[in-house]
Amino acid sequence: MGEVIVITSGKGGVGKTTTTANLGTGFALLGKKVVLVDADIGLRNLDVVMGLENRIVYDLVDVVEGNCRLKQALIRDKRYETLYLLPAAQTRDKNAVNPEQMKQLCSELAQDFDIVIIDCPAGIEQGFKNAIAGASQAIIVTTPEVSAVRDADRIIGLLESEGKHNPKLIINRIRPNMVKKGDMMDIDDIIEILAIDLLGIIPDDDYIIISTNRGEPAVANPVSTASTAYKNIVRRLTGENVPLMKIEANNGFFNRLKKVFNF
Amino acid sequence: MFDLIQRLFGKDAACSKDVAKERLRLVLVHDRVNTSPQFMEGLKDDMIKVISNYMDINEKTMEVHFAQTEDSVALIANIPVNNMKRGNRIKE
Repeated sequence: MGEVIVITSGKGGVGKTTTTANLGTGFALLGKKVVLVDADIGLRNLDVVMGLENRIVYDLVDVVEGNCRLKQALIRDKRYETLYLLPAAQTRDKNAVNPEQMKQLCSELAQDFDIVIIDCPAGIEQGFKNAIAGASQAIIVTTPEVSAVRDADRIIGLLESEGKHNPKLIINRIRPNMVKKGDMMDIDDIIEILAIDLLGIIPDDDYIIISTNRGEPAVANPVSTASTAYKNIVRRLTGENVPLMKIEANNGFFNRLKKVFNF
Repeated sequence: MFDLIQRLFGKDAACSKDVAKERLRLVLVHDRVNTSPQFMEGLKDDMIKVISNYMDINEKTMEVHFAQTEDSVALIANIPVNNMKRGNRIKE
């Protein structure tokens, strides 16, 4: 039986889909058999972030309604042998599926795959309830902003009331320069407020935008800092003890000069 | 003047992240109370249990709520006392 992980956040635009794509690809790079499920019915995006948008024939709603077999709807990523995507329907809405059907789907997928990662839609309504229904573990993505942290807190409460305990936190888009100046909440601030376990931090990295433009998850890139951060998170999820990435302020000219001359 | 110099060198009187943290702290007090229907009931029940060890109170007219000022939140409880218990009857 594989593990079913839901990636959620409450607030939109904090990086759920990017996180889903990168963690999934990261697991595939380790040779795990992975399926990514886009639960954002009506607003699907995981397909474009993964660069698989041209290969969709059937979708999640087709599977649930019995229009096709599960295997027919799964898209295999040709770049990574063991990576699959189950796309969301674009022409339907979140009420096309119910939590019971999602549970069933997840348990079916967990029989065939080591890891099932569900990309949850923003919000706390039906789509959220569907996305978390079949998950055994929840990962909450937030950014160091009041709105995102507030929504994360709400999601933690909702997960708790649905019996999903001990969600783990990813803090996305940390900007070291701003943290250093005291203009961005740091890791300790956010953990203190939300009081949940930290799974990892992702520094703000332009390369994420570039890789999304291309439809190639950043985690495959060897030099991107976000890529390293995602790889670390994947390793932690496999049980490895990986220390938190050091986030250093991006050195200005003077600091670089200091480094060069070593004073 | 000093303030101006501080600002010139990019040091605001208060770091904006501290402002963010403080605002979040206050808003989450309300969010956590308001979004969980069991919260206030649970709190009330537990308070009644503990206080009843020491005195008889009027549970029907007791009031518990949160009051917010600019920079703090207080739990306000108004609990009418009917009778005090004798010290030697208080359970350990």
